[in-house]
Amino acid sequence: MSLRVGDEAPPFELPATDGSRRGPDGVTVVVFTCNHCPYALAWHDRILDAARDHESARFLAICPNDAERYPADSFDAMRERVERDGGWPLPYLHDESQEVARAFGARTTPDVFVLDADRRVRYRGAPDGDHSDPAQGAVWLREALDAVLAGERPARPETEPVGCSIKWRR
Amino acid sequence: MRVELVWWEGCPSHPEALRQLHEVLADEGLDPEIVELREVVSDEQAERERFLGSPTILVDGRDVAPADGQPVGLACRVYRLRDGRPSPTPDRDDVRDAIRSAL
Repeated sequence: MSLRVGDEAPPFELPATDGSRRGPDGVTVVVFTCNHCPYALAWHDRILDAARDHESARFLAICPNDAERYPADSFDAMRERVERDGGWPLPYLHDESQEVARAFGARTTPDVFVLDADRRVRYRGAPDGDHSDPAQGAVWLREALDAVLAGERPARPETEPVGCSIKWRR
Repeated sequence: MRVELVWWEGCPSHPEALRQLHEVLADEGLDPEIVELREVVSDEQAERERFLGSPTILVDGRDVAPADGQPVGLACRVYRLRDGRPSPTPDRDDVRDAIRSAL
């Protein structure tokens, strides 16, 4: 069961690749993502650009996949990726127990949730409408976030998340 | 010529890959219906067949794209387009080149 628009997201705190622990605080964008999925990779730069352009919001990237079956998504591999990229403008969190992904009802990588300052879901879905078109620029995410930061409700509160299935533990 | 599209249901990209493959075959004057679809359903089958992820397109048994370190297993396959972008489907020109090479 996924969180629906208007639902209150659970509080959480997860370890980040930089050694800190992070969770939602104020207006927050939660992006379930990973290292091994081509959809997550295709949208990655657009999500990072959105984070750079919205310093007043907190962005959290969370990798929830079972690293035993998908070693490319291990915490070590996450750390190596961020280091290799020279750092990201958002923390990359490891949901080893998959409890946060289950609590949100995340389905794919990527799966985007925009939370208001009361942790209520105001947008859920894909970053934009076409993983293959960088010019889309995560416009659905940006529009929703801009609305929430302005104290308004997004005109498009929900879209279908598109990507690889979350790799749940068996 | 034998053209196979090998897929796994946990990845949503095979319909797009099949559509692209049909278009390339038609562009080359070939019957799109020659494509054989083969599903990989288990880790054991993926290991046995050295399945590099979904979708994988084989032309006369040869992969249309380089393995590029892609691990064997049930996952979406990461392709690199010719401009370097990651993609869940192969570059159309790679598919076209593989088909032309087999003609």
